[in-house]
Amino acid sequence: MKRKLVIAVTALNAIDSPGPGVAVIRAIRECDDFESRIIGLSYEALEPGLYMHDLVDKTYQIPYPSGGTESLLTRLQYIHEQENLDLIIPGFDAEMFNFIKLRDKLWQLGISTFLPELNQFEARDKIKLFDFGQKHGFLVPQDKILYELRELKKMADNMEFPIVVKGKFYDAVIAYSYDQAEKAFHKTMAKWGLPIILQEFIKGTEINIAALGDGEGKAISIIPMRKLYITDKGKAWAGITIEDDKLVELARKFIEATKWRGGCELEVMLTDDGKPYIMEVNPRFPAWIYLTAAAGQNQPASLVKMAMGEKVEPFNEYEVGKIFIRYAWDLITNIKEFQMISGNGEL
Amino acid sequence: MRIRKNIAVSEEGFLFNPATGDSFSTNGIGSEIIRMLKQDKSTHEITDEICRGYDVDRLLFERDLDEFTALLKDYSILE
Repeated sequence: MKRKLVIAVTALNAIDSPGPGVAVIRAIRECDDFESRIIGLSYEALEPGLYMHDLVDKTYQIPYPSGGTESLLTRLQYIHEQENLDLIIPGFDAEMFNFIKLRDKLWQLGISTFLPELNQFEARDKIKLFDFGQKHGFLVPQDKILYELRELKKMADNMEFPIVVKGKFYDAVIAYSYDQAEKAFHKTMAKWGLPIILQEFIKGTEINIAALGDGEGKAISIIPMRKLYITDKGKAWAGITIEDDKLVELARKFIEATKWRGGCELEVMLTDDGKPYIMEVNPRFPAWIYLTAAAGQNQPASLVKMAMGEKVEPFNEYEVGKIFIRYAWDLITNIKEFQMISGNGEL
Repeated sequence: MRIRKNIAVSEEGFLFNPATGDSFSTNGIGSEIIRMLKQDKSTHEITDEICRGYDVDRLLFERDLDEFTALLKDYSILE
């Protein structure tokens, strides 16, 4: 008889700039090696994933990351009493810190996670990425971390355009003049706070790599994907798995150097002369993670197995030319369900 | 001139470059030329064969073939 696991998943916002939660669940559901009861953890009542009852069995709202670890732990304890959770898979950058901090306490409660160490998590932070690249010999664009507008103004005469203005968690704007850079600074600061990252613009082809590390330096799975269609927010709306040993090697080296535990996404810019620049490292599965399962390397299911203590052998093959095309779908629900989640925090 | 080893070519002349994710479709003549390139035929042999099979000015075809192969190189289809 197969073991039934109770798995909680966050990031159910399957919107135009989606979180990976729904794709993670879809991949887990496809794995025949275990049965699962999926618990959705949501921040907002209109995250589409919580109304997808064929994927999510039950949803609980959790406090925003800004509420800190104590309120999150209290809520998770309550959910655990109801559901007897085996595993939590977080999927938002902004919540990772809290979940990593709570890892040991969750373990004591009997809840597993499969997350990077805090130092691994912090080393790849956008504001430290350049140093990280220098240390491990990765190509990373030059950057400058700005804590106030005055610093940007000081640089005005020496700036080379275009330049990329990035928020500490999300959003990136390409600025072609100082005025545009200042406007982007204000807009990004209003949304994500300080610091703002000013990054060298690298021209090339955008490649994303989904990778899964075992925490001991071994890459269990690496799938490179080229975006075929990009939304105005820079998100892939369609993409294709590609075969490039250089990219696979880059991800393998990253996992080996960091001893990364869990899923991650490397955002790479491949220049016309073939140099792969790491533009960003996201410390969680990407929204297109289901493509890894479709291409023959089910990363979410492998993470579940490793989190449950199973030894997983590295994959060594995947299907090249597998394409995903995202689509929008009007999911219909009723006011009762909306009331349950927004009023009671459960659905 | 050789088609790169990893390039997938369908019978209909649809090309897929697995290293970049790029795909291209060609017309019938393009497809024939690619088939001949895959057989390691030289441009001279390709020109001979096409000119035998079609009513085409040799000089004009040579120029078109040059352009076509330059495009294939540009797209990293040819080595």
